[in-house]
Amino acid sequence: MEDSKYKSFLIKYAEIGVKGKNRYLFEEALVKQIKYALKKVEGEFAVRRTDGRIYVDALSDFDFEETAGSLQKVFGISGICPVVHVEDEGFEKLCEDVVRYIGDVYPDRDKTFKVAARRARKNYPLDSMQLNVELGGVILDAYPEMRVDVHQPDILLHVEIRDKIYLYSEIIPGPGGMPVGTGGKAMLLLSGGIDSPVAGWMIAKRGVKIDAVYFHAPPYTSERAKQKVVDLAKKVADYAGPVWLHVVNFTDIQLYIYDKCPHDELTIIMRRYMMRIAEHIAQETECLGLITGESIGQVASQTMASLAATNEVCTMPVYRPLIGFDKMEIVDIAEKIDSYETSILPYEDCCTIFVAKHPVTKPNLNIIKRHEQNLQEGIDELVEKALSTKEVIVVQA
Amino acid sequence: MEVYLDNSATTACFTEAAQLMHRILCEDYGNPSSLHHKGVEAEAYLRYADETFAKLLKVNEKEIFFTSGGTESDNIAVIGAAMANHRSGRHVITTRIEHPAVLQPMAYLEDQGFEVTYLSVNREGRISLDELADAIRPDTILVSVMHTNNEIGSIQPIAEAGALIKRKNPGTLFHVDAVQGFGKVRLYPKKMQVDMLSASAHKIHGPKGVGLLYLREGAKVSPVMYGGGQQRGLRSGTENLPGIAGFAKAAEMVYENLEQDVERVYALRERLTDAVKSIPDVIINGCPAREGAAHIVSASFRGVRSEVLLHALEERGIYVSAGSACAAHKPQPSATLKAVGVEKELLQSTIRFSLSAFTTREEIDYTCQNLEEIVPKLRRYTRH
Repeated sequence: MEDSKYKSFLIKYAEIGVKGKNRYLFEEALVKQIKYALKKVEGEFAVRRTDGRIYVDALSDFDFEETAGSLQKVFGISGICPVVHVEDEGFEKLCEDVVRYIGDVYPDRDKTFKVAARRARKNYPLDSMQLNVELGGVILDAYPEMRVDVHQPDILLHVEIRDKIYLYSEIIPGPGGMPVGTGGKAMLLLSGGIDSPVAGWMIAKRGVKIDAVYFHAPPYTSERAKQKVVDLAKKVADYAGPVWLHVVNFTDIQLYIYDKCPHDELTIIMRRYMMRIAEHIAQETECLGLITGESIGQVASQTMASLAATNEVCTMPVYRPLIGFDKMEIVDIAEKIDSYETSILPYEDCCTIFVAKHPVTKPNLNIIKRHEQNLQEGIDELVEKALSTKEVIVVQA
Repeated sequence: MEVYLDNSATTACFTEAAQLMHRILCEDYGNPSSLHHKGVEAEAYLRYADETFAKLLKVNEKEIFFTSGGTESDNIAVIGAAMANHRSGRHVITTRIEHPAVLQPMAYLEDQGFEVTYLSVNREGRISLDELADAIRPDTILVSVMHTNNEIGSIQPIAEAGALIKRKNPGTLFHVDAVQGFGKVRLYPKKMQVDMLSASAHKIHGPKGVGLLYLREGAKVSPVMYGGGQQRGLRSGTENLPGIAGFAKAAEMVYENLEQDVERVYALRERLTDAVKSIPDVIINGCPAREGAAHIVSASFRGVRSEVLLHALEERGIYVSAGSACAAHKPQPSATLKAVGVEKELLQSTIRFSLSAFTTREEIDYTCQNLEEIVPKLRRYTRH
């Protein structure tokens, strides 16, 4: 581990600021998520809230890249400012420290700057205005190539007088969004494809905790296909905290539908049962909605007519954050959240194994419902069994 | 019941070999190159392994080189031979059904400007000696032909090929990838006029990560790795002593009762092929009984996807392979199956059962009974 010159990070958050009386709830959730994200980072950290700000203090040596990288996956953070701490040993010393800071952080000094001082400790001999002027002068003396710009500076150097003096000017962008846990919980239908992890990530970004359900169909799908879904759940968990993954054995239901219903309707009917089961688990686990990775027209089961047919079995809202996205747009996000490589591993999922050559693209709901009547005799028992034998895997970040 | 029929992918290690390895890892852990007692002690294991293989192959101890496995042995043989002899010619011959550990180095040689002739095989997976004879030219520096095919178990006429090659061009080196043949039949490279032979430990109940290359004294081969000059400079790097000794122990053990074991495995193979053939629409690929390897059965089940059958058998505790294990993570149809003329529709419906001396009659019966039950069931549910 390198001995970083930075000793803490100031966490900037955007939207939380406007939440009025609920603000503390949002901040608490953010602190909790930051602590969770830092758990797997080497080193010891303390997360504290002071003066309406959140600081991450390093209590030991730490790896800067690793730590900043983890914080960049915490929803609710809009920016991460690495902070240098200096002891208050008089103004002369502060001037030296500021000059050294600029020298260290900006090897290329052909830049404009502005000093923004702030006194949390009001007994400091200079006030904020005086600090701005004096320190600005010191910087100009040390680095004549730099210029002052008070409106749009390249470098905005913050100097905060506290028990120690904090210097910071860089902002590492955070992922934005809202702290996970502030928006309730939803159940993601995770398939192993490219879309569903992205859909989960997008809803998580709005502060929603994610649980997931995966339908596997042994022996038609393999253990590796299941492992792949666990790996994808982990990609979501990297941002959204632990994901409870419910693994439902769907084989018998699928074969039963195959036996009893027209093959070109197999996928639609199958998906209707997946939605029913997902909703059932969602209700049991106090989720407030379902999430799917559907996008209009992508495949036969995602035409408007097909979506209407699958949607019809649910009373819970179904969130489809990718509904208007093109495949390439989805792939871009999948690459950003590092799920793409995993998603394209060539294991068959249970949606494709019996897919008809020409599945219906404009299912007629009345006909679908009539054909579902063929399942009356045995389907409840099979669904019951699928639910009672489901496996739960807690996927950690 | 657990039935492991994927012995061509890898095998369980003999306890005796594992125990020996444990001792070498934890007690006799010296480096054979060290001058002190610990080193001498370690060197004794190396000598034991050299002697064991020299005796089994009827070759000189100096002609045995230990590698990290079949893939490395094949790479040294193919690339090393080509690099050492490119001034005599730039033509190389191999077959269409080699393992990727030979085919990929061949592709590399093609990139380097060598010309490679790929021999075809008949429906039984065997090359034609006439075609081989026609392919050998004055500038042919290397012929590489596998002994036993890993996917269908066909066995090539190595001795005949060896005689033919040396008659047509005495300067041509002959390499045999015997990863699936070593430990299953007695192999004498000198008698078969083989200059290089690859073998692997983990296919014969030895440890993973160790193999050997027999290299006839006088045959010119360049190293592909450079370093401390161990193993007469051909294969630098501290010897994997636990692996090498474990390999030797395993080889000793498989050759102890080889003829009886092979006879027993042939009987099991027959029982299995009979049962498989009794299921309608199943085709056995490769050589007919007794002409192919005792331990490999390749069967195509029409209308059943091999991966599904594999997982269905797995649910009953039976472990088999779809094609070959090395190919299972890249779902392209097998080049070997294509080369022996398996019809397109059956390429993705082919299962490999590979037996070992540990396989029992009871396990084979259990497998047959499950196949008879599962295959018709799977055929009911297909894509439309």
